[in-house]
Amino acid sequence: MTGKFMLSRRDLLKTSAAGAALGLASAAFPIRAARAAAATVGFIYVGPKDDYGYNQAHAEGAASLKGIEGISIVEEENVPETVDVQKTMESMINLDGASLIFPTSFGYFDPHMLAMCAKFPDVQFRHCGGMWNKDKHPMNAGSYFGYIGLGQYLNGVVAGHTTKSKKLGFVAAKPIPQVLLNINSFLLGARSVDPAITCQVIFTGEWSLAVKEAEATNALVDQGADVITCHVDSPKVVVETAAGRGAFVCGYHANQSPLAPEKYLTGAEWNWAKVYKMFVDDLIAGKPLPNFTRGGLADGFVKMSPLGPAVGEAARKQFDATLAEMMKGGFSVIKGPLKSNKGAVVATEGQAFVETAIELESMDYLVEGVVGSTA
Amino acid sequence: METTDIGLWGVPLALLGGAIRVSTPFIFVSLGEAITERSGRINLGLEGTLVFGAMSAYAVAVITGSPWLGLVAAALAGLCFGLFHGWICKFPKVNDIAIGIALMLFGSGLAFFFGKPFIQPSAPDLPAIPFGAWSNIPQVQAALNVNVLFLIGAALAVFLWWAFRNTRVGLIVRVVGDSADAARAMGLNPNTVRLLATGVGGALAGIGGAYLSLYYPGSWTERISSGQGLMAVALVIFARWNPLGCFAAALLFGGAGALGPALQSVGVTQGYYLFYAAPYILTLIIMIATSSPSRTLAGAPGELSITK
Repeated sequence: MTGKFMLSRRDLLKTSAAGAALGLASAAFPIRAARAAAATVGFIYVGPKDDYGYNQAHAEGAASLKGIEGISIVEEENVPETVDVQKTMESMINLDGASLIFPTSFGYFDPHMLAMCAKFPDVQFRHCGGMWNKDKHPMNAGSYFGYIGLGQYLNGVVAGHTTKSKKLGFVAAKPIPQVLLNINSFLLGARSVDPAITCQVIFTGEWSLAVKEAEATNALVDQGADVITCHVDSPKVVVETAAGRGAFVCGYHANQSPLAPEKYLTGAEWNWAKVYKMFVDDLIAGKPLPNFTRGGLADGFVKMSPLGPAVGEAARKQFDATLAEMMKGGFSVIKGPLKSNKGAVVATEGQAFVETAIELESMDYLVEGVVGSTA
Repeated sequence: METTDIGLWGVPLALLGGAIRVSTPFIFVSLGEAITERSGRINLGLEGTLVFGAMSAYAVAVITGSPWLGLVAAALAGLCFGLFHGWICKFPKVNDIAIGIALMLFGSGLAFFFGKPFIQPSAPDLPAIPFGAWSNIPQVQAALNVNVLFLIGAALAVFLWWAFRNTRVGLIVRVVGDSADAARAMGLNPNTVRLLATGVGGALAGIGGAYLSLYYPGSWTERISSGQGLMAVALVIFARWNPLGCFAAALLFGGAGALGPALQSVGVTQGYYLFYAAPYILTLIIMIATSSPSRTLAGAPGELSITK
């Protein structure tokens, strides 16, 4: 099979050397054109690439590159954040000839990706997260990330219109700044509809614990929460359990609407396709790749799932209006006067933090109205 | 959706509901392991069997549309894993613990390999019986929605407890587990008995896996088990190889697992990592309280390699 393939590729090259019908050939044999790739891009995932969550979002981004001429993709999933990922990177470079690698999980960066950066100075590495620092790290490394907090704010707007009990539920993994920002944004979005709304948060302590996530969802519904969202690696269990108990859900990471078509309101999704396309365009054009890439809703790094059938007219209107406001840029979720749920002032009157504000990256509080604790 | 404010009643209710929902895989795996260990062998591979059972049940349920066929497939797959373990261990100088660890990794790996196409599709769930229908409080109804497998597990625990004491088969398993020499003198072949006991144990673990993927949490993902198979093996020692003890220990662990989320949901939010550790702390306390420096574990089968 392979031998036959090689032979016909040679035929194709001969044909193109003769200058005959190159366009026709590459249009008729798109796979073959991709085989003759100018560059190979590697993607590494920490979990399964169809987990309805974090990894699926990245894999969808990778899949979107497959049509680009001259680019071929290699992927590996379920790679632990250990020396295993170094082996994966080495084999992608040595065996597949990858010249650009995206290790997508947080724990891949230090020391694994940095070790590979030193070993293969000609290969470019871009890590998903915010850890690259110009002073400390090599120039063939870099990081890219998205601001998804505004997406959770929009989730909150829709949830605020949909809830009848005025109680929302949030299943969270760990109390790190990014998770806390999502919880706070979700509640503040809902409070922009009705300031009496509260949000109950349950931390499971791990990124992926199916049974505990299901228990947490059940406990939230038992306490009267009627719209649930989450920040765990794979929201599948939370979405299915919540919908099974009759609660509405807002998604996260990827579009989970196929799991609960009636109960799914909307969701904050990553749009890595846009980010990966940017990198690959630069790669094809021979331009140096950016080392530090960030963006939010307005930049297309983050997108919202289409609104579900349960979303009412008022919710739809405010969702669209808020989204339009955000697209102009400079929208602040955390703005004064605002207190934490322990009573400390987190933003004074007139103070506002836009999504790019560095202060948000060290968030250690839950805002007033969130029932829960960071420790 | 109808909601009723139940406040702090949510905690005992969640413990009850959690005990029923979460405990079923523990019940099946620990009962299976109890049979295997009573015959004098340890099968640590049940974690792998659990994961493979979850995958095969889900896959067959997706393809055929019937969760019951999925359940049968999981039991058969578990039986094969168990028989494989039993067959290898019959050779001289083979360490059953090492084989168990190998099979644990093998089972999980094989399940990941074959399970890839089944992560996305949805399978039909196993049915549950609404014992809470008498109540008009939705939370009570949800907590008392009891899956048939839980009831089967409970009945099986009582049956095994009775069978170990009162039936010929039960006696044979115990004799082989306590003294292979005595069994041989009686004309029994210890290897055959252990082969069958490990096979049955594997089949039960497979059914436990089917519960995970077909009822609660009710989907196939590669991290569905998160170590429950291993915990269940430990539960057997905790329960002193007594099937009724296994059932009680499984309920305890299920309920304790629900404690952390339930307390957070009623506003007790400080120190949740401590609540999550509750089942393990409880285990330690009971193990220390019931152990003695002057004798071996009560009820331990004499042929078991951990007691040698």
